[in-house]
Amino acid sequence: MSKELIRLTDLTMKFDTETVLDGINLYINDSEFLTLLGPSGCGKTTTLRIIGGFLTPTSGDVFFDGKRINDVPAYKRQINTVFQRYALFPHLDVYDNIAFGLRIAKLPEAEVDRRVTEMLEVVSLKGFENRSVDALSGGQQQRVAIARALVNQPKVLLLDEPLGALDLRLRKDMQNELKRIQQATGITFIYVTHDQEEALTMSDTIVVMDKGRIQQIGRPEDIYNEPKNAFVADFIGESNILDGVMNDDYLVTFFGRQFQCVDKGFAKNEPVDVVIRPEDIDIVPASEGHLTGTVTSITFKGVHYDIIVDFKGFKWLIQNTDFEPVGAKIGIRLNPEDIHVMHKSEYSGMFGDYSSYSAEYDEIAEGGEDEE
Amino acid sequence: MKKFNKIFTILVFVFLYVPMIVLIVASFNAGKDLAVFNGFTLRNYREFFSDSRLLTLLGNSLVIAVLSSLCATMLGTVAAVGIHNMRGRLRSAIMSVTNIPLTNPEIVTGVSLALLFAFVGTLLRIKSILGFWTLLIAHITFNMPYVILSVMPKLKQMDPNIREAALDLGCTPAQAFFKVVLHEIMPGIISGAIMAFTMSLDDFIISYFVSGGSYTTLPVEIYSYTKKQIDPKVYALFTIMFAAILILMVTMNLLQMRDAKSRRTAVKRRAES
Repeated sequence: MSKELIRLTDLTMKFDTETVLDGINLYINDSEFLTLLGPSGCGKTTTLRIIGGFLTPTSGDVFFDGKRINDVPAYKRQINTVFQRYALFPHLDVYDNIAFGLRIAKLPEAEVDRRVTEMLEVVSLKGFENRSVDALSGGQQQRVAIARALVNQPKVLLLDEPLGALDLRLRKDMQNELKRIQQATGITFIYVTHDQEEALTMSDTIVVMDKGRIQQIGRPEDIYNEPKNAFVADFIGESNILDGVMNDDYLVTFFGRQFQCVDKGFAKNEPVDVVIRPEDIDIVPASEGHLTGTVTSITFKGVHYDIIVDFKGFKWLIQNTDFEPVGAKIGIRLNPEDIHVMHKSEYSGMFGDYSSYSAEYDEIAEGGEDEE
Repeated sequence: MKKFNKIFTILVFVFLYVPMIVLIVASFNAGKDLAVFNGFTLRNYREFFSDSRLLTLLGNSLVIAVLSSLCATMLGTVAAVGIHNMRGRLRSAIMSVTNIPLTNPEIVTGVSLALLFAFVGTLLRIKSILGFWTLLIAHITFNMPYVILSVMPKLKQMDPNIREAALDLGCTPAQAFFKVVLHEIMPGIISGAIMAFTMSLDDFIISYFVSGGSYTTLPVEIYSYTKKQIDPKVYALFTIMFAAILILMVTMNLLQMRDAKSRRTAVKRRAES
């Protein structure tokens, strides 16, 4: 078990009257790849900036290796940052940008040269030493920014939506690259993103945030399979979220029908939110289904079809590889492990209904830069 | 309409530059009469360069211009950084206060500075306080807003993360300023300095009130010439000054153009790759 490196206790941040962070408690282990995930304005970048030393929290403490570092300025922290828009120094070339931190630390020039050369190889920028950083492509600038931070061998690397400005293909490559670098160096990565897929792909631990509060902390699989509330269920992947009643352990009622499930530990007859992932639903002939509904729209997505099915006025999203014509009566079957039950929360009723479904839903969800 | 625009533009240039052309022609005129060109000569220039009084005054003007623009540039840059780091309302309040001297009639600035110096002089029991130091202080005072005005936009344009990146990489705030921020705002500082230099060099009104018998600048002295017949060697001096400032301005514009161009090509190259 790796040891704890950073701890945030009761972190609160207020800008004027606006509360940006509201009681954040979090610990981060050594050599962990931790992602702060959430929509714009959820406080993830603010959290990162507090860890980096660019903001002082209104209240609460930041501990690094057991020592309180609230008052330690950024330049004295063993933490380096990769900024969203890279923030390379335009008056320096690639080599001098990467060497910057080492020269500030007054390392002998031979050592500087050895480490910069090594780092250029790590980020595959050999031969670019004397290029002006303005003459590089977005992906190359990104790699210079990563090299400039990593060359200092920090304990922790903070990454603020570092891939946000890159196109999809490059982003996928860089995701793998970053994960590889993180595993090779063993440096703790704290990564900020609003892209749930990116978070699921790269992280050891995901921290889902909204409205300045942590909604859930967990491994990617846990976050996806067992979301804590409607917000997490909706933000990570697609979810149909229904009102239900937990009759007993392993028994839940929704849509006027009782289903077997794998959840327990709820109060008897507690009202709950029921999550059903669109890809878990099996389509069967209408006569064999637990529930029957009518197909109202179908969109081809490449790997599968997005099928919107109307069940008594409530529309579900179902992902299936077979085509179902609009207007068809279909049945669905749900296995106990397809059903996930959550306690009611402030987010209940806000997500998980596909009545206003449009084919561009995922573009909307993924678009929009983080303007924190 | 297009034709009208052209004619209008030409007219504007005529009004702006004909006086200068007349002056330049006059400086090379062999005859004493301004209206008749009696042949080309460099006599006026020879006479000017052998006039030790005028040369001393030109020297005075240059010394004041160089020193005051240097000081104003340093102080103004520091002030701009300070103002830039302020928050919202305080920042705009300070900016307006800084801008008032720019719009204030120079004669008001001149008289008030003169009064201030007289007051300080009485306080310190110095009989004739007006001279080199008062002139220098006055010039720094009226130059500083120009420097602030030209440095501020550069600070605003700068990505704030650049300074943070420097801090992140171990720079103290002072190191971050000198190693990174200064490079970013340098074009603004240079154009501010050049502006301050030229403003100082040709200032007459304020200088008139704050300079004393012990130390005056060229414009103040030349003003007293206008009461009598102007010696043509002064035309030579004016032509030289005009040429010098013209060269300075053209260089400045070329530098700015090169700066903008390199930025554009960089952006273009980035877009292509």
